[in-house]
Amino acid sequence: MIQEVIGVGGMGSVYRARDLHFPNVVKLVAVKEMVNLAPDPLVRKTIIQNFEREANILATLTHPSIPSIYDYFSRDDRSYLVLEFINGKDLEAVISETEGFLPDEQVVAWAIELCDVLSFLHTHKPNPIIFRDMKPSNVMINQYGHIMLVDFGIAKHFQSGQKGTMIGTEGYSPPEQYRGEATPLADIYALGATLHHLLTRRDPRLEPPFSFDERPVRKINANISAEVEAVIERALQYDPKDRFPSAAEMKDALVAAARQTGLLSRMPAQSAPAIQANGIKPLWTFKCEDEIRGTPAYFDGNIYVGCYDNNLYALTAADGEFKWKYATDGGIVSRPAMFGGNVFIGSEDHRLHVVTARSGKVVWTHYTDGPVRSSPCIAEGHVFIGSDDGYLHAVNVTTGRPAWKFEAAGAIRSTPFVANELVYVGCESGEFYCVDFKGELKWRFRAKRAVTSSPLVSDQAVYFCSLDGILYALDHSNGWVLWRFRLGKGSIVSPVLADDLIFTGAADGFIYAVNVRTSKEVWRFRTEHQVSGSPVIYKDALYCGSVDGQLYCLEYRTGRLRWKFSTEGPITGTPLVYDDIVYVGSTDHQVYALLA
Amino acid sequence: MINFFRKLFGGKPTSRLDNITTAPLSPQQIQDIIEAQNPRFELQQLMAGSGQSVGKQRELNEDSLLALTTTLTGNGGGVPFGLYIVADGMGGHQYGEVASNVAIRTVGGHIMRKFHPYLFNLQPEQLDESLQEIMLAGVVQAQQAIQREAPGSGTTLTAALVLGQQVTIAHVGDSRAYAVYPDGRFDPITRDHSLVKRLEELGQITSDEAAIHPQRNVLYRALGQGEVLEPDLFTVPFPKKGYLMLCSDGLWGVVAEQDMYRAIVEAPNLQRACQNLVTAANVAGGPDNITVILVQMIG
Repeated sequence: MIQEVIGVGGMGSVYRARDLHFPNVVKLVAVKEMVNLAPDPLVRKTIIQNFEREANILATLTHPSIPSIYDYFSRDDRSYLVLEFINGKDLEAVISETEGFLPDEQVVAWAIELCDVLSFLHTHKPNPIIFRDMKPSNVMINQYGHIMLVDFGIAKHFQSGQKGTMIGTEGYSPPEQYRGEATPLADIYALGATLHHLLTRRDPRLEPPFSFDERPVRKINANISAEVEAVIERALQYDPKDRFPSAAEMKDALVAAARQTGLLSRMPAQSAPAIQANGIKPLWTFKCEDEIRGTPAYFDGNIYVGCYDNNLYALTAADGEFKWKYATDGGIVSRPAMFGGNVFIGSEDHRLHVVTARSGKVVWTHYTDGPVRSSPCIAEGHVFIGSDDGYLHAVNVTTGRPAWKFEAAGAIRSTPFVANELVYVGCESGEFYCVDFKGELKWRFRAKRAVTSSPLVSDQAVYFCSLDGILYALDHSNGWVLWRFRLGKGSIVSPVLADDLIFTGAADGFIYAVNVRTSKEVWRFRTEHQVSGSPVIYKDALYCGSVDGQLYCLEYRTGRLRWKFSTEGPITGTPLVYDDIVYVGSTDHQVYALLA
Repeated sequence: MINFFRKLFGGKPTSRLDNITTAPLSPQQIQDIIEAQNPRFELQQLMAGSGQSVGKQRELNEDSLLALTTTLTGNGGGVPFGLYIVADGMGGHQYGEVASNVAIRTVGGHIMRKFHPYLFNLQPEQLDESLQEIMLAGVVQAQQAIQREAPGSGTTLTAALVLGQQVTIAHVGDSRAYAVYPDGRFDPITRDHSLVKRLEELGQITSDEAAIHPQRNVLYRALGQGEVLEPDLFTVPFPKKGYLMLCSDGLWGVVAEQDMYRAIVEAPNLQRACQNLVTAANVAGGPDNITVILVQMIG
């Protein structure tokens, strides 16, 4: 007696039914119906014979994780299999009904049971049985919490070979299965894929085929131990030779990993960083009289850095020896620019100062009507610099004579960028401007909040962040928004580029890497406080300070931590890397030189 | 050895290959030649041609294309604007031709609605979406429209929005966008969402095996199929010295790159170039529907 449809598959349906051979009790069974679509009578007959042969084999299997088969029959164009009814739900339903990740000890326990049943099938005599279709929807969890394998490869005979363009990939099957090879090792791969799905919640059918290595388990679900990840990784090798040779060995590896994690879970978690922070000794430090919020510059063996004690300092790069200091009448928060043997620096005393790099003698100064917190940008014989007076100033680099000034809608603290004979700069009002060399507006763009971040122009686009929490990519020739990437919070960080990645940070404490073409996040790294200073790229590493007081060195391709170094105050400036040495200022009043 | 040959051939001087090779041109020289071939045009603008054929072996054309080139300029300046879409309906499915048609109209309609105020309003306002977000919204709408209009069917979609110097591309399936350079290089801009391509990328099969693989038509991502659709979305600079080419697999799967290149350069204009490409695919057997769009930016 058919009670209800409990599932519909590609080849037919599954019904819940009551077995009327036992009229006095309720015995529930599942009836699987398969429709024979082959048009040719001879093919149809072969299909039915194969079905019956396999049903016979399955009927002889006795294993707690394999449903019993009670009967089978064929009628007209349909064949039926009567099976044990499993009161439970399949793993696909389990995943979709769970919020967050499944507990790893639960998944590993199921995995061990799955290895057991696969091992049972693979060692079946006289011929091994290949399950062929391991995936979450074919694994049921019964009312006792144990796994049951359902939907044996028996249905495959009913699949007609369709011609033309078809859609669909298993997502769980290994590459060799598409060449028609089905071996025990294919089941091991599919088990690996199933476990990957269970632990990461990332459905492989929605990802490019065979791309598990692009999303390691622990990158998505940090709770998983390295040992368990390694087992799954090995099961998912492209080359069958590199996988576990048998389900039994995979089980052993899982048990070993589980034993280790079981021990680990009783200990306080959190793995230590690759290198301890206190393992790094600075080459030298230099103490100023107030906070260093700005960024150092290098020229001819010396480091130049502005300080909130109003001074611009010149130190020797090799040992941090004091050479000279030049006093302005306001705090210095910007980065010096070097040109023609002179140092250019803005100060909160409203002036742009130009002094000789050798001795710190003043060459000329340029007055604006507000504090200067923007850094100078030198190009085509001019210095471009913003001021809190709301103007972008263009000044002749040698004579100090003003060429023009461009009126913005608010203070300019962003550092101008010059490319393609155009000047790009952001503004505290949220406007972003592109101005030509005559000081005339080419185009403008409006972000929702201030653009303090300094722009970066490549042949693709102009990039900058805003306090509205977005990293923008605009067409540099007309200001069209190509893409927007949402950061967790507002940002004043100036992005940097390397290869096809753009890096920035935000007040949410993360350092981000984003693909410049696709605007997809490649990785993010959490610091312990806001990121206000900008990252720099040197060789294969990224260096970035955080308000948590630490300087981080990450592998820029992966975002993996190499080392970190603690200062005694928030770092709000950008490090400088020159000749394998990182120079960074901190609000603890000190400049540090560290080995990159 | 040489002496032995001299003896053998009566002391004839042996010619050395080195003497007849010419030095390769420097990038600057190539640049100069290209500059000389491309006269300067005062107004920067887009030009496009397109071609389509049902092929020699199919009865139904399931490919759809949209090519829209706009030049709008005046005192305030202007930027070239173009929208180009190729969609290839799924053969094994019902209503493949409906799916591809719905796809180009929905995506095209959405994008044009977004840009209409920018192109024609006297005081254009800033769009509050990025180009990639507009493209994505168009694709999502098309996905819903196909599931509504032709449930169960599917289509590929390769859409290129040219605005100024940048091309923003939305891509699903195995139609392709190429940057075609004047030296004959075909750089695929898109990546096929096909099983065979994936196997090839992993080194499981060679490109020769891929070309004849029985499952070479199997896609793992198509518009109208599945619940979650993640199109590839990206922005690249327009291939300014060459062409942007969009085509269905009825062209790229049938005609070799050097033959496609010859068909393009031997034609007097883009429309003829597209016709030549279609003809080349038909001469090679025309096993599938053929669709191609060529776009050039001059000035």
